[in-house]
Amino acid sequence: MAKTLTINGQHVSAEDDQTLLEAALDAGIKIPTLCRLEGLSEVGACRLCLVEIAGSAKLQPACVTKVVEGMEVQTDTERLRKYRLMILELLFAERNHICAVCVANGHCELQTLAQQHGMSHVRFSYLYPQADVDASHDRFVIDHNRCILCTRCVRVCDEIEGAHTWDVMGRGTNSRVITDLNEPWGDSQTCTSCGKCVQVCPTGALFEKGKSVAEMAKRREFLPYLTLMRQQPR
Amino acid sequence: MPKQIVIDPVTRIEGHSKITIHLDDTGEVQDAHFHVTQFRGFEKFCEGRPFAEMPSITARICGICPVSHLMASAKACDALLAVQIPPTAAKLRRIMNLAQLIQSHALSFFHLSSPDLLFGMDGDPAKRNILGIIESHPQLAKDGIALRKFGQEIIAMLGGKRIHPAWAVPGGVSEPLSEEKRERILTMLPESVTLIERTLSWYKGILETFREEIRVFGNFPSMFMGLVTPESETPGATSGKPGGYVGQGGNGRAAALEHYDGVLRLVDASGQIVLDGVDPATYQQYLAEAVEPFSYLKSPYFKPAGYPEGIYRVGPLARLNIIDRCGTPKADAEWTEFRALRRGVILSSFHQHYARLVEILYGIERIEQILSEPGIRDKHVRAFAEPNRSEGIGVAEAPRGTLIHHYTIDENGLIRSVNLIIATGHNNLAMNRSVKQVAQHYVKGSHLQEGMLNRVEAVIRCFDPCLSCSTHAIGRMPLHIQLLGPESEVLDEIKRN
Repeated sequence: MAKTLTINGQHVSAEDDQTLLEAALDAGIKIPTLCRLEGLSEVGACRLCLVEIAGSAKLQPACVTKVVEGMEVQTDTERLRKYRLMILELLFAERNHICAVCVANGHCELQTLAQQHGMSHVRFSYLYPQADVDASHDRFVIDHNRCILCTRCVRVCDEIEGAHTWDVMGRGTNSRVITDLNEPWGDSQTCTSCGKCVQVCPTGALFEKGKSVAEMAKRREFLPYLTLMRQQPR
Repeated sequence: MPKQIVIDPVTRIEGHSKITIHLDDTGEVQDAHFHVTQFRGFEKFCEGRPFAEMPSITARICGICPVSHLMASAKACDALLAVQIPPTAAKLRRIMNLAQLIQSHALSFFHLSSPDLLFGMDGDPAKRNILGIIESHPQLAKDGIALRKFGQEIIAMLGGKRIHPAWAVPGGVSEPLSEEKRERILTMLPESVTLIERTLSWYKGILETFREEIRVFGNFPSMFMGLVTPESETPGATSGKPGGYVGQGGNGRAAALEHYDGVLRLVDASGQIVLDGVDPATYQQYLAEAVEPFSYLKSPYFKPAGYPEGIYRVGPLARLNIIDRCGTPKADAEWTEFRALRRGVILSSFHQHYARLVEILYGIERIEQILSEPGIRDKHVRAFAEPNRSEGIGVAEAPRGTLIHHYTIDENGLIRSVNLIIATGHNNLAMNRSVKQVAQHYVKGSHLQEGMLNRVEAVIRCFDPCLSCSTHAIGRMPLHIQLLGPESEVLDEIKRN
């Protein structure tokens, strides 16, 4: 049964099991996202898609909130813009994101979002963590300095490739994505070297070996197609 | 009790430094030091990074000459891959390197040093800057800006942006040259030749008024080092002169100007070849670095001669001193005239200005030659390979002299160590000696005069040291000089804001 709600004052009808984000996208309303990628499951990790819902003081992530009949949703208020900018600044402050010398410079979702949200500087102190670069794999490199823990790599490896090489270790700012049981990527027994993790990574954290600065453009169009084809009965 | 004069900061140079002049009891200059007061740490924080990022990271060392670092770094990375880059890629890199030479020399000559040349060393400091030049000599200012723009435009056309282009990559360049861009560069060339010829003839006209400065501005015997073309009339020969150090290979006497590739040559103060035909990758056999407690800038010296006797100079003057010809017709004519200033090699560092102008002319002519070479628009401009060596050395001529990048990597291609010898470093010993020479001639302890202290700064400007990526704000010349007495009391003071 279809449901009717308003987003930014606009009447929208949505499928029963749709999320707010899907309903908004169908209606041509853009909500910023970072951890989400079409074709993968939703985790609500980045909190950039937070929206205001009338009657609730709490902000809700649009990607994991189901539509409800009569919902009144705001996606672009002063308050939301303030929080989104803050989230982006905190992401930059947490690791060592040096756009100018990053392989993904000009092709980075984090960088693009920062530009779109008018981030001129970061108001928080940088943590400057000591983060490693694992270049033990033949073809790919993980630079933890640029990782924002969106877990796209974890999900694509598990849900699409079925290898589940990637996972997350540790808590808080000590969290790291790891391969197998925190072994060097090059030693991984499960990795099929398919490269999907590299293509879905929104930043320069995962890249093809040998790429120079600003050269790592990612191709993500394959994902929804691959998901669709795998769902079809053979 | 000795006294000390401090010039801090030194103005109209790229970066931060100060000069101290030490006076003895009688008020005579005893010694003088050029201190580089900034510390950057590039060699340290590059450790652990994937080597392919190095060209772009090290380009950030400087905003004036990022291309020079891009070239030396990309060449060091080529050496790590152990590949021969496509010939077209080498040609395109060469063009960008020359464009960089032109824009940087124009900046040094017109923006930083021409105020001293036009208004005189004793001129009013309020006017003695690029804004003063625009007011009183608008044509010269325009010529300077146009020449710098010419170089910058070529860099932007090839690399996508003027400063810090990421276009030179391990194995070649990321984009070939289009016919449209080639033609655009070609149409810009004739005007640039006119500008530099006009400047050259003006400069030669005023040279006579600086006789005294020419005599004492870093005018001393030293060796000169730089790259030359590997052309050879007598292959395998070394200089064969008594006291000459044996190189590998060796050139004949037809070596031309070379900024991107080539072999190292070293000549002594009498013009005799000391070292020739040396593969720059073997630099460690010939060069060592000393550390002085008063400066963050290391002092490289010629190893076989020892420290500090192994003093040598690099840069435009050194390059014009070591070659047998420039290699382009107009520059060759100017070079012949330049070398006729004195028998043997030109020793006065004041003539760096002149040498810069000759090199600009050479750069423009050479760009035209390369653009007309067959295969310049070839689409094959990059060789792909995994690292095949654990050590890579890249050497190119930056505007200020020979630039050496030396990397080692681990088995995964992550940087293990970095050693950079920057052009300004090679000149460190020479700059210190030059400061002392000028101070001894002009500074008399009892009082400070603006003009005499400006000369102490001006001799540093001759070397156009690039101490970092920062230039000072236009129109302002902050300067603080103190003359200190035995009890550190201020005897005299000059302050400019």
